[in-house]
Amino acid sequence: MRLKSSLENYIFVLPAVLIFVIFYVIPFIRVFQLGLYEWDGILPTKIFVGLDNFKEILTDKIWWQSMWQAGYITLIALTLQNAVAFLLAWACDREIRLKNFYRVIFFIPPVLSEVVVGLVWQWILDGNYGLLNHWLIHLGLPNLARNWLSDPNTALTTVAIVHSWKGFGWGFLIFLAGLQTIPRELYEASRVDGANAWHAFKNVTIPLMIPVAVLVAILTILGTMQAFVLIIAMTGGGPAYHTQVPVLRILASMRGSSRFGYACAQGISFGVILMAISFIQYRFSKHARQT
Amino acid sequence: MKTTLYYKTKKIGINILIHLFLLSVAITCIFPLVWMVSSSLKTQETIFRDTSLIPKSFHFENYYLAWMEGGFGRNFLNSIFYTTSVVIGIIIVSSLAAYAFSRLRFPGSNLLFFMFMAAMMIPIPGSFVPLYVLLNKLHLRNTALGYILCMINVGLSTSIFLLKTFFDKMPKELEDAARIDGCSKLGIWWHVALPLAKPVLAVVVIFNALNVWNEYVLALIIFDSKPLMPLQVALTTFQGEFITRYPLLMAGLTITALPIILVYLLMQKYIVKGVTQGAVVG
Amino acid sequence: MKWFLRSIGLALLSLFFINLSGCAPQTSGKTANITVWHWMTDREPAFQELSKRYAAKTGMKVNFELYAPSDAYTQKVRAAAQGGNLPDIFGVLGEKRDFSSFVKAGHILELTPYMEEEGSAWKNKFFPKALAVNEFIPENTYTVKPGIYGVPIDIMTIQMLYNKDLFKELGFNPQKPPATFGELLDIGKKIKEKNMQGLVSGWGEVWMIDCFANNYAFNIMGQDKVLATIKGEVPYTDPDWVKVFTLFKELQDSGFLANGLVTMVNKTAEQLFANDKAVFAFNGSWCVNVYKGMNPKLNYWAILPPQVSDKFPMSIWGGAGSSFMVNARSKNKEEAVKFLKWLTDADQQAFLSEATQNLPANKDSVGKIPHILAQFAKGMDFATHPSIWGISEFSPVIEAFDKGIQSIIIGEKTPEQVAQEVQKIKERELAKKR
Repeated sequence: MRLKSSLENYIFVLPAVLIFVIFYVIPFIRVFQLGLYEWDGILPTKIFVGLDNFKEILTDKIWWQSMWQAGYITLIALTLQNAVAFLLAWACDREIRLKNFYRVIFFIPPVLSEVVVGLVWQWILDGNYGLLNHWLIHLGLPNLARNWLSDPNTALTTVAIVHSWKGFGWGFLIFLAGLQTIPRELYEASRVDGANAWHAFKNVTIPLMIPVAVLVAILTILGTMQAFVLIIAMTGGGPAYHTQVPVLRILASMRGSSRFGYACAQGISFGVILMAISFIQYRFSKHARQT
Repeated sequence: MKTTLYYKTKKIGINILIHLFLLSVAITCIFPLVWMVSSSLKTQETIFRDTSLIPKSFHFENYYLAWMEGGFGRNFLNSIFYTTSVVIGIIIVSSLAAYAFSRLRFPGSNLLFFMFMAAMMIPIPGSFVPLYVLLNKLHLRNTALGYILCMINVGLSTSIFLLKTFFDKMPKELEDAARIDGCSKLGIWWHVALPLAKPVLAVVVIFNALNVWNEYVLALIIFDSKPLMPLQVALTTFQGEFITRYPLLMAGLTITALPIILVYLLMQKYIVKGVTQGAVVG
Repeated sequence: MKWFLRSIGLALLSLFFINLSGCAPQTSGKTANITVWHWMTDREPAFQELSKRYAAKTGMKVNFELYAPSDAYTQKVRAAAQGGNLPDIFGVLGEKRDFSSFVKAGHILELTPYMEEEGSAWKNKFFPKALAVNEFIPENTYTVKPGIYGVPIDIMTIQMLYNKDLFKELGFNPQKPPATFGELLDIGKKIKEKNMQGLVSGWGEVWMIDCFANNYAFNIMGQDKVLATIKGEVPYTDPDWVKVFTLFKELQDSGFLANGLVTMVNKTAEQLFANDKAVFAFNGSWCVNVYKGMNPKLNYWAILPPQVSDKFPMSIWGGAGSSFMVNARSKNKEEAVKFLKWLTDADQQAFLSEATQNLPANKDSVGKIPHILAQFAKGMDFATHPSIWGISEFSPVIEAFDKGIQSIIIGEKTPEQVAQEVQKIKERELAKKR
């Protein structure tokens, strides 16, 4: 009986596992193997170098710089982007005017092509003819005007903010879906208890939203750490190395310098780091929920 | 009486603040859209010269040109086909798996779930070549099926993760009731779990639809024949190595954005369903 | 359970249909068709027209298939090479080193015998420098058997451009472009004074920085010393190299470089220059067509970058813009070679050049090209290209070199610092090689 039930349960995961093994695990093993070789991606001869590629990553300064920079962008996305997303979702969960309009509008940035986003923001942020500088000068703050994307002091933060703007729609959507599944009765119950809006928010919304927040946080970490299309469209990873991120480095190894094996090794180490971060975060939040 | 008035003004004040916040964010979201549409109506000469958002003359023929020159007709249908197939595939496969991970017990379930999670974390940018060789061996290269299965795989882990989180959160009482009524496990999944998960299913649909709709690199690599290409490939026609035909590109991008906005409009209804029945909060 | 079986059946059925519709019309193997994979979006209509003409003439069908953008094209060609699915004719984008790997892996047919038959009739049609890019010279460091492995379709040169109208506005004679680097710096000061924008170029995509720096390296130390540096015999800390790095600092300090140049992509640079928003540009001959589309009235001219020293001649990058290779494993390689021969005939080259405003690789076709394009063609006399040196610098060194120059421009590092850093990476790579 138990065995039969177990077997029956396996049917549920079978299709997913099949697709996963064929289209993910097999190529993944191959990539891992290639990480042990020095190979340019073209020649039939591959030179086995063992863990040399992985050792080289440890001393690759630019790789680690790009890792920190991706971390910085992620930090801004985690805080700024998700705070805004949550507030917007919370506002749109209430009975307010135009909420249907807002719900549609807030999802425009994720839908837009990176090409358009890159062009528009370059135009806004341009050092000579940009809208932002234009306003700053008109508001009497000409000292703040600068070339946002090619000034090494502001490039990374600017990229992070534009990235957050492009991505907040997802957080908004998931938070909204989460808020919608909170039974209305819970709010009413808390109101009967004489709680005001703030208390309802603190005692009902927040605790129930923690799992959703964890989900959004993990998705944000993954989405942001792996983002690169928008960065290419805006700065190309420059000036110098100031907006380089790991995925751009991997692409550079693969295409620019034709070091396919090294690129594979970079991909694997990057994944392991991401996994560690997500795992710690997951454990941490689980712990927080239980206490 | 006084207190009601006080609460009323306070409420109005708060509402104004909320609206100011919402509006200011909304403006930044609308602006690029308006820019894209307005640029799609300009000419190559005026697009960067005339920076006003309302073009001096409207060139609607850009849309016609983009459609014809990009060969959108066939590619458009292809993209709709790929997107619907992948999304339906993902919904079925991932919700089955997520439901099992959330509710059913079987040996190795934790290990499997962590494997899926790990897959979500490890991007394999180098995987194009191994994937290509694999598809070639399976005789799935240059077939729609191969492409669809690859794209299902791309969205699988994240979808399972999303769905499991929501299944975990859902009350079990309804399912227990259904079990007592004699529903099989699959019956419960279909009749109870899925309808309850509609809001998150809608998110999964939007997430994957957008993903597939915008994909073109994999398509370019594994397809060797034009009639199989998705819509995004048609768009690259306007972005030459040297010359980008901006107005046509913008017209093409506007056309490609429309179906996704439509999907979003259809799906967001499910996300916000039930709110009207609920009480006014705050 | 019944329900489940039904849905599985449904899924399988739909998969079956998917598979049916997935059966694309395969190119039938009966009549010998030639398949060409290309990446040149702007040349697609012209290629289709030429394919029709060839079919009318010979009955041979040539399928030009466009896979753009070039990044995706490169990946596709590499993946196809791994899977053994390369078409009859394709292009190898990227550096000479990648080209050499394709040759060594046996994917590319050596064309020397075809080029040299009938008294080298085919070979003599081309600009020698266009062919040189597709050639591996004797004793090349790539260890490829010397010979010609590609057919140039068109050529390009990269030069400096100036806007005549803005030049006048600055108070200079538009007929008298700067001839020395010193004049360039003076113009830079004037540009700064008038709050205008100087040089725009795709210096965010680093290879154009490399190109500019190399032009001046040739001018300052000559080709031999540059090549000696690549061989590892001269360090990048040599005063001549430091001088090259210092030029960028001087340009920046004078105000000659446009604001935001370090992250600028070439398409943005082209927008700005075409719309009279920048006085100078550093761009390739393809720009003629780009500017024509954006602003037909743009009043500009092409010059060599003004020289900084008269010890060695100024040199610019030029040579084959795009080339086609023949698949060595193709059944139709003889037909493919024949087609490429036809494609590079004077008539077809003239048609291509006229339709796409690119410089033809066939030197007999240069008669009918526009005035400004002819000026770019003249640049061929001064042209060189890393692809013809027979040796190539390590990629990490090139990257450190170009990114270092970006750092100099944004004032983060001094030329001496950059020279030392580049040399350090050079030594590391040399040590690895040994």
